[in-house]
Amino acid sequence: MNIWSDISPDQLINIAIILPLIGAALVILLGKYPNIRETASLAIATLLFTVVLSITDNTFAQIPMTSHWITIIPHLSIAFNVEPLGVLFALVASFLWIVTTIYAIGYMRGHKEKNQTRFFCCFALAIATVMAICFSANLLTLFIFYELLTLSTYPLVTHAGNDAAKRGGRIYLGILLGTSIAFLLFAVLATWVSAGTLTFTAGGIFNESQSKGLIALLLVLFCYGVGKAAIMPFHRWLPAAMVAPTPVSALLHAVAVVKAGVFSILKIIIYIFGIDNLSQIATTDVMLYIGAATVLLSSCVAITKDNLKARLAYSTVSQLSYIVVGALLASSVAAAGASLHIATHAVGKITLFFCAGAIMVAAHKKKVSELVGLGRQMPITMIAFAIGSMSIIGLPPLAGTWSKWYLVVGALESDKLIIVAVLMISTLLNVAYLLPIPIKAFFNPSDNKRPRWSDINEAPLPILFAICVTSFSCLALFFYPQPLIDLINLIPDVSTHVTGGS
Amino acid sequence: MIELHLAILPIVLPLIAAPICFILGRSQWCWLFATLISGLSCAASVGLLVATLDQGVVSYAVGGWQAPWGIEIRIDVASALILSLVSGISTLVLIYANQSIAKEIDTSKHALFYTAHLLCLTGLSGILSTGDAFNLFVFLEISSLATYTLVSLARDKRCLIAAFRYLIMGTIGATFILIGVGMLYMKTGTLNMLDLADKIAVIEGNRTLNTGLAFILIGVSIKLALFPLHMWLPPAYTHAPSAVSAFLASTATKVAVYVMVRFIFSIFGAQYVFETMSMDIILLVLAIIAIFKCSFMAALQSNMKSMLAYSSVAQIGYMILGISLATSAGLMAGLLHIFNHALMKGVLFMALGCVAYRVGSVDIKSFRGLGKTMPWTMAAFTIAGLSIIGVPLTAGFVSKWYLVTAVFEQQQWLIGFVLLLGSLLAVVYIGRVLEAAYFGEVSQQQETNIKEAPLTMLIPMWVLVLANIYFGIDTSVTVGAADAAAQWLSQPHISGAN
Repeated sequence: MNIWSDISPDQLINIAIILPLIGAALVILLGKYPNIRETASLAIATLLFTVVLSITDNTFAQIPMTSHWITIIPHLSIAFNVEPLGVLFALVASFLWIVTTIYAIGYMRGHKEKNQTRFFCCFALAIATVMAICFSANLLTLFIFYELLTLSTYPLVTHAGNDAAKRGGRIYLGILLGTSIAFLLFAVLATWVSAGTLTFTAGGIFNESQSKGLIALLLVLFCYGVGKAAIMPFHRWLPAAMVAPTPVSALLHAVAVVKAGVFSILKIIIYIFGIDNLSQIATTDVMLYIGAATVLLSSCVAITKDNLKARLAYSTVSQLSYIVVGALLASSVAAAGASLHIATHAVGKITLFFCAGAIMVAAHKKKVSELVGLGRQMPITMIAFAIGSMSIIGLPPLAGTWSKWYLVVGALESDKLIIVAVLMISTLLNVAYLLPIPIKAFFNPSDNKRPRWSDINEAPLPILFAICVTSFSCLALFFYPQPLIDLINLIPDVSTHVTGGS
Repeated sequence: MIELHLAILPIVLPLIAAPICFILGRSQWCWLFATLISGLSCAASVGLLVATLDQGVVSYAVGGWQAPWGIEIRIDVASALILSLVSGISTLVLIYANQSIAKEIDTSKHALFYTAHLLCLTGLSGILSTGDAFNLFVFLEISSLATYTLVSLARDKRCLIAAFRYLIMGTIGATFILIGVGMLYMKTGTLNMLDLADKIAVIEGNRTLNTGLAFILIGVSIKLALFPLHMWLPPAYTHAPSAVSAFLASTATKVAVYVMVRFIFSIFGAQYVFETMSMDIILLVLAIIAIFKCSFMAALQSNMKSMLAYSSVAQIGYMILGISLATSAGLMAGLLHIFNHALMKGVLFMALGCVAYRVGSVDIKSFRGLGKTMPWTMAAFTIAGLSIIGVPLTAGFVSKWYLVTAVFEQQQWLIGFVLLLGSLLAVVYIGRVLEAAYFGEVSQQQETNIKEAPLTMLIPMWVLVLANIYFGIDTSVTVGAADAAAQWLSQPHISGAN
């Protein structure tokens, strides 16, 4: 059944990175035949998912997988190494790539977008860099592909080519390149000079020989250097990037790009600093409270936004900081919650973005205030929207419940009651800015007519299919989170088992 | 036979070829001949690089007269590396020049262009290989005089003023160097560099020597366009023919940086220059101002050639900063950046030449829509631009990595941060062009009229583009050579070995 079982585990990494590149090449070659081009995209996406699945099998079987590409600088190379956290992210990204491709076909055609070949090509390139980020074995590799991800998604953000898109693209590139060069590269180089290695190592790479001040500074630099994590005040690029076509917002700004950011932070904290050492770093609490402030502030901003995609963007900023907070709590349970949140937030938020795109294609509406009574016209979309919202809020029986659960347990375990309060208030704010949308869509007091079948005017089928898959995933992850939790428990120093109290 | 005289070939070949080229007269013949000669001296230079990596130093007594009385050609790894670079770029630029100058230089002056180019190559090779301080001045003047001619050849008459300005500044610089060398001769009675180094090492706290150092450093700083002595450079590069800008930007100033390295490390000695005379602080401050001020100026230009010219001055700041660290790691980063920057600036100026060839202007406005009409040219510009910014997997990233590492090793965290901020300004000035090219509005007429540049221009440009990527991924050659060169230069030399 497993078509990849004959291939050596080490090769699987290379295949996972190269497959999307082949996909990008195929898309360019087949540019003149849209149907074949999209078939190729789908086929490659599905293949990639099977590759990642067999990497997952190998991870559970504890088979080490490494791949060494080239030594750029003496003792520093582009190298890859599979570890459970990366596998988790790769699973999420590759699965949602399939769904998003189906969705994008419906959306791009329904919306009659131009330059579709460039779009699908950059899309595949972005996924290739995400795979490389997932499996990177050292900070240099992570940094290289982090930058390439920014560059390969820039044409997607500016896809529309009008002034608004150019302005959005400028902010996007300016903040992401700016923070990564000024802070992240600085931190990487300083780590290299002071620790003498950049390899991700369980328990961290710093020891007694580095000064406390430098390590404290490095933590701040890493947190802000990974601009894709959108910690305030470097979050502006995310709302700006919402000028992109909705499939881009969906995959890249709910999954690939932003999750690459928080994934990098988690990976750096687990494998460079070490969770156990976090509590001794002076700036951990500072960054923790900045993260908590981001959670609350951006939720408040989200309430004020009438543009649906802008509201979702600020919601993403807030949710990303959940993960940052979870990583910085210096608790193994909170880190587990943060890791799980990568997956649960991804399925929830992508559902919401899919719905927003569907509304744009079918009803040509962009503002929240215009959506009153839309449930009659687009029932499936709005039900999915309700499911996605409730998952983001963390209501059972949906996926978001688990990650929020572990985050709160982690906060309690490390005696940070303020963080518990922040998470609770944030949940209320989520309710305030998300739930009114589906409620008003279905229960419009001024509309007394009886619903008729002829009112229904849904988005194209591929879009609906994609929406159904992701909202079903929200449900499925509530009932069957175990495989992901098993995976997370394999990460060193991260565990869903509460140790305290006994 | 060839092996015996290999060391002098890069100088003699273009020197002899220059007058022949002038006699040939016909543009096409000159082109083929000059390209051939340049290619041959490139081959000789690479041969020398291999020899020096193998045996350390190649020494050759001109005319059989032994040093310190005769003129010595003395090539070590550093000079061989830059020699290969200069002659390699010269060859590529010459291949490129055929079509490019057809548009930018009057046909009657084509022979003059190739002659001056070969003379300039002679001068640059001479500077890189000589082991004699006065001889170095002579070669510097040969290359400079050829350069003034090259700049003044363009059809655009503004090049004459630019060339004149360059002439004045360049001559002041040369005079300063001559005065400095004269003072050294007065004090030591020798002009051979090794001999000079030995004699200077035993002199302590001498006012003539200090003055000589000051004259030489200022003179060389003018030649290499160190801020604030850079004012000649932007107009000269802006108004010169594109092929000339491409050649000069990637070689002439780099060779001047090399002269500074030579004087500081091989003649005066790093300890005297940096510790006794505290030149490191002065160079460091000027380098940082150069990086910021000129990157900023670059972002303000509307003529893209002058944008690149300012960017060059800023990049020279990076090289000087590496040198001013006074460590072997810093020197190595500086040398590496000389090499890598030549690769990127060559491409950028060549790309502008292609645009000038097809569109007729290099104003930011004329870049609109070129991403569609001249895809290969703009792709080359994009890759070289990313290299200037220092994006990973390009040559620029490697040199930036080593530079910042060298700074961090001195615990200068703030300066490292400043350096990285400087590269953000590169994002701004390169980004402007890319945005115009890929997202600018295109007029209907433009879309139909503008074609991709001819192949003889694209191929040499893309060779350099590939070099940018290759040396960004496989750094063993460049880093190895720069490291060997830096080790060699920063250790104290004892002439008795020769």
